[in-house]
Amino acid sequence: MPFWFELIVSLLLLGGGTFILLGSLGLVRMPDFYTRMHAPTKATTLGMWGLLIGALLLSSWNSGVLSMNQLLIAVFLLLTTPVSTHMLAKSALHHRLEWEDNTQGQEYAKRFMDDH
Amino acid sequence: MRTWLPLPYTSLLLLLVWLLLNQTVAPGHLLLGSVLAVMIPLLTKHLRNPQPAIRHPLKALMFLFRVLWDILVANMEVAQLMLRPQLKLRPAFVEVPLDITRDFPITVLASTISLTPGTLSADVSADRSRLLLHVLDLEDEAQLIATIKHRYETPLREIFEC
Repeated sequence: MPFWFELIVSLLLLGGGTFILLGSLGLVRMPDFYTRMHAPTKATTLGMWGLLIGALLLSSWNSGVLSMNQLLIAVFLLLTTPVSTHMLAKSALHHRLEWEDNTQGQEYAKRFMDDH
Repeated sequence: MRTWLPLPYTSLLLLLVWLLLNQTVAPGHLLLGSVLAVMIPLLTKHLRNPQPAIRHPLKALMFLFRVLWDILVANMEVAQLMLRPQLKLRPAFVEVPLDITRDFPITVLASTISLTPGTLSADVSADRSRLLLHVLDLEDEAQLIATIKHRYETPLREIFEC
């Protein structure tokens, strides 16, 4: 395996890992449930893609054929992440989970709570 | 044809995914995949509610690339935000009035919003006329709504013609 190929794979793995780390950091630092939900949807999705593309390149190189499993995982991740976060947010509203006092537009959220 | 293959594209997709998952085109897996591709739509066709089809595949592809690009930018922004020593967020709930009416386009729009810059779809009103978003760091409400409508909803309307 040539050096430049190893370099690309390592950069993808490191970049992916960095984004997942930042997502976790966000999870710790955010003030309330609603803001916390932003971290796993965004940073983790891209982080996983970095890892998956790195893994795809590596296993494709090793086996000699294009490895599709990682691509499928990436696609399923793209389809399922927004759905699960939407359900989390919806149930949080349903349970009237507290938000930070400085949140703007609280009347919109309350209106949605009363609708259900 | 319709009785045995009620959803031809779904069947094709199922077979394709099956073969990709198993990384093979061996006859055994072709047969098993085909059986699944026929049986699953037959068993689930009554659970479906009809949705508008994609009328402009090319525009849909352009939309996909735009969203992928936005996800990349979104991540950079959120990562930057996370690294600041002092987290100064301006979280907000925002209500977006919807012009698209059908379930599937609304789902695509809500998912797109969840995956892109600092916004998260939290709820849809029962009559499908309003979408509730949570925003991590809101600068200008009217501008955000305009961006979402212009950047994501208008192309979706064109793609699905609804």
